[in-house]
Amino acid sequence: MSSYDIQDLLNRKNSIIKNSVGLDYDTFEFSGIGFDYEKMMHDAGYSFEEVRNIQNNNMVGATPLIELKNITEYARKFASPGYGARIFLKDEASNLSGSFKARRAAISVHKAKEMGYKGVIAATSGNYGAAVAALAAKYGLKCIIVQECFDSKNLAQPEILEKARACEAYGAEVIQLSVGPELFYTFLNLLDETGYFNASLYSPYGIMGIETLGYEIAKETEKRHGKFPDVVVCTNAGGGNLTGTARGVRRAGAKDTKIYGASVNLEGLHMASDQDFNRKSFTTGHTGFGLPFAINPDRSDVPRSAARPMRYMDKYYTVNQGSVFFITEALAVLEGLERGPAGNTSLAVAFKLAQTMKKDEIIVVQESEYTGAGKHHQPQLSFAKKNNIDISFGLPHKEKPGQNIILPISAEKIDVQNIDLDRIRKSYLKRYKNKKLTDEDYRYLSDELSVGTNRVKELLKEVKA
Amino acid sequence: MLIPKGTFVRIRDYILLPEQRADSLPESTSKVPLKCWVKGRLQEEAELYEEATIETATNRLIKGVVKEVHPKYKHTYGDYVEEIQQMRETILAEMWGDKDE
Repeated sequence: MSSYDIQDLLNRKNSIIKNSVGLDYDTFEFSGIGFDYEKMMHDAGYSFEEVRNIQNNNMVGATPLIELKNITEYARKFASPGYGARIFLKDEASNLSGSFKARRAAISVHKAKEMGYKGVIAATSGNYGAAVAALAAKYGLKCIIVQECFDSKNLAQPEILEKARACEAYGAEVIQLSVGPELFYTFLNLLDETGYFNASLYSPYGIMGIETLGYEIAKETEKRHGKFPDVVVCTNAGGGNLTGTARGVRRAGAKDTKIYGASVNLEGLHMASDQDFNRKSFTTGHTGFGLPFAINPDRSDVPRSAARPMRYMDKYYTVNQGSVFFITEALAVLEGLERGPAGNTSLAVAFKLAQTMKKDEIIVVQESEYTGAGKHHQPQLSFAKKNNIDISFGLPHKEKPGQNIILPISAEKIDVQNIDLDRIRKSYLKRYKNKKLTDEDYRYLSDELSVGTNRVKELLKEVKA
Repeated sequence: MLIPKGTFVRIRDYILLPEQRADSLPESTSKVPLKCWVKGRLQEEAELYEEATIETATNRLIKGVVKEVHPKYKHTYGDYVEEIQQMRETILAEMWGDKDE
């Protein structure tokens, strides 16, 4: 691995990215602050039907939608009479490579093959690596996965080690890094060196692949129950999962279905900190990604991210680590479904929200992920203990990320916190507080933040005050 | 111990020294180097903990210090966690009632 000069890579960033994604992002830019999001999604060049075909040909998509009857009954024990919505789970662990990420990888890798690239690269410590590696294996392409993995004491998150193993099992080269945001430059340097395709999670391909997920949920629910889901809960990190799902739900015609984001609360832990790295028990689906990517989607590895969660999110909930571990255990012992904890973030939230919804309403948890050594609540809790994280039973809202994990003493105590979306909107708008904005800019911000232009102006005023 | 050419190993290299790292990092990160680990086949005979070149899965040639011969996966299902057993018992009792009922 050669060393590199950060400034040199930064200077050449745009041309490296352009060569590695096969899209010229400049053509989508408006004259002001915005860009034409729908044109970018359109110009990426695959119709919805083509996306479905690519996935179906690769053992991706058309996963089972399961009614969690026992989990629903369990939630109803803590709900008022007449309450306790039916909880469904889209079992995305059934995809090739074991997670919904295969939907995103399928389109990226297909595009790479079609354009004649010899290989693909993705920067990810998560399931996406395994997904890209598995699809690259099917398409006969080389694959490099770059992971942030170890702290300076060479201690690694067990979950990330498992994902490295999975990538290698599919024939990929895995580059494991110590903690730090310079992972991005390592990634750029590799793109530059190899000329491989950038299988970014944030390209239009990475998002259109998930539209099928939302579409399948809406259509199947309608077919089986004569109506669309009332709520779909999406685990939210970089925003792509929520964005793609919401777009698919809308495409199916489900205009009234509410889209809720769910993240594990990791407040107070710094994502670029070597010291904090192994003090968390979730490596994705948490607020450390969820909030910054909602506030600034374009902080990703492409000039304009196709993951824009604030355009689609009706509500955003956080849940503590202990509650997610609890519901992971409940899913195994009540439904016979052993699934990875991170994917169950939205299940923990749905369990609580279902209790506030009427019995005939439907709430869908839109993903699950595979589980295995390292990627399971036992090794993760065991690892937390070794890192001196205190584990106890009590009230989940008292959990202090990095110091303790509080497991609910009863399922009744599983709790969620509602994040005020206006708080996120204002943080988003901060960078424009001294900028003179045009009507076109306001329209763009209205789309970005899913509020009217007058509301954008009010929020900007509050930011300036 | 001399490791034969062609052996599958894991190497470690420094990508950025502390002074080369990005600006505005937390102190615990900025004071340590950015390291990387990669696996591949040795292109020459080498000593453990000495520098050598490997060929990776994508046929790239990379130099680094040999850290491990025949690298193994060490992650497991972890130690017994009493709290998981307690959660399991709580969930089953809340759902189906106590076993004596």
